[in-house]
Amino acid sequence: MKNRKMTPAMRRNLAGYLFIAPALVGLLVFYAFPMLFSLGISFTDWNLRLSPNFVGGDNYKNLFQDQVYLKSIRVTFYYTLLAVPVSNVYALLMALLLNMKFKGRSVVRTIFYIPSIVPAVAAAGIWMYIFNPYNGFMNQLMQYFGWDPQMWIYSPSQVIPCIVVMAAWGAGGTAIIYLAALQGVPTVLYESVSIDGGNAVHKFFYITVPMISPIIFYNVIMGVINSMQVFTQGYIMTKGGPNNNSLFYVLLLYRRAFEQTTMGIACAMAWILFVILGVLTVLNFALSNRWVYYGGE
Amino acid sequence: MRNPGRVFLKHLLTWIFVLLLCIISIFPFFWMVRSSLMTKTEIFGTPMKWWPKEIQWQNYSQAMTQVPFVRYFMNSLFLVAVNIIGKLLSSSLVAFGFSRIEFRGRKIWFGIVIATMMIPWSVLLIPQFMLWNVVGLYNTYVPLTLPAFFLDGFYIFLLRQFFATLPRDYDEAAILDGASYFTIYSRIIMPLCKPALMTVCVFTFMNTWNDFIGPMIYLKDPKMSTVSLGLQMFISQYTTEWHLMMAAATVAIVPMIIMFFFAQRYFIEGMTFAGIKG
Repeated sequence: MKNRKMTPAMRRNLAGYLFIAPALVGLLVFYAFPMLFSLGISFTDWNLRLSPNFVGGDNYKNLFQDQVYLKSIRVTFYYTLLAVPVSNVYALLMALLLNMKFKGRSVVRTIFYIPSIVPAVAAAGIWMYIFNPYNGFMNQLMQYFGWDPQMWIYSPSQVIPCIVVMAAWGAGGTAIIYLAALQGVPTVLYESVSIDGGNAVHKFFYITVPMISPIIFYNVIMGVINSMQVFTQGYIMTKGGPNNNSLFYVLLLYRRAFEQTTMGIACAMAWILFVILGVLTVLNFALSNRWVYYGGE
Repeated sequence: MRNPGRVFLKHLLTWIFVLLLCIISIFPFFWMVRSSLMTKTEIFGTPMKWWPKEIQWQNYSQAMTQVPFVRYFMNSLFLVAVNIIGKLLSSSLVAFGFSRIEFRGRKIWFGIVIATMMIPWSVLLIPQFMLWNVVGLYNTYVPLTLPAFFLDGFYIFLLRQFFATLPRDYDEAAILDGASYFTIYSRIIMPLCKPALMTVCVFTFMNTWNDFIGPMIYLKDPKMSTVSLGLQMFISQYTTEWHLMMAAATVAIVPMIIMFFFAQRYFIEGMTFAGIKG
């Protein structure tokens, strides 16, 4: 009868920590320890086989002189700057359509959403075929209209825009989030614009955008975090090519870690990415004060 | 005040856009199925054809024998099942602790657990791999299943918000009757939270089924491969066999689509939650 000695508060504390124990163990074993471990490894020349030697900040210093690495940073930023606005505008367009009253709306919602749930590998395979220069659909279409065939994902200048198209195609999940936000905008606000003689464009920019700005903000942050870590498309469709023009950051990180087993360099890359993503997120938050409207302020 | 002509125009424009966007969404799938049913010559022939002259079902049996997809199916389903059990158990227990028990340090720990959602997966990828390698569990299913039993910030958050909506009276009445916290968890809270638990199930199904990087870095033995990984190997081996590749892609996609149609509601609810609460 141990319980008799425990006060209710002690009993609550014990029970609380027992219930959250899985999370605490997970935090330690799968987050805290690996993070510290990789920080330590980033200052060594470990290659998985020989024991690691301490090399100080050399990995970091060498990375910023490595042209391939610098290229991967440029490619990844370029992709992010293109993919985040394009897929958010496309998702918002889908959401605005779904927010209108028409028959078959739930079927359309399903159709918009499905591309975002299929395996990334399968999506990459399909788009690789559509963009194939020899018999892909895009060039058949170009031919039909009498235009010149293009190299698409095999062209240094077109490869990133092609992958952005793929990203917009898979933005159905983002659209569902926008739709929920749109449904939360009080109709009374739109009515007041109508009374004042405003049209649909006024409604969109003076009511819709400010009212859903917290959700736009959320989707932009998530979009940046995900786009900066794009991997599968580069790995499967283009192998980083042509001429390293789709050598995304995480793809290079993967190669440094698993193909060249230069774990020290890969860990340094991971930590730099972590810092970049942290800075971008903080920057987003700082800028959000200017344009995000949280009700009642 | 309404002008019937303008209303009609508005409807027409809406329909044109809806139709256009639906075509964009569906077209790649149509093209995949269409090509998976053609012969190789039909695929490369000009002019382009919208549909095969004769449907080539044997592409599917050929794709399935060139790579042992049936086996990969079983492997993927096994991983899905174990991950669902793990995420359901761990996330619901932890969420119960955070939402129904007032213990000291609750807010701080909850904040830390939620903060793990902000850690990019690519940062954890290498150190986790190195650790599994060091403990000798490379090329086993352990790295792909065991973590599910510990911590998932998103599901913990989702379930905690759901649990918090249930009235406290239930717990208090049960405690007066001498029930333990575990009884409250298993007999009262869990049965009331089936929709939220279903959301955890469907998202875990999707993430595990679609996961490609995890199986790629942890599994070496081809017999242990999953559907996504098998499809990737197929794509890299049969680069010009588009008809077979599209058949294999269809096979990998169909289970997700079927699951989606059964559980659509939970997908939509989960996505909505992610945006509104996050």
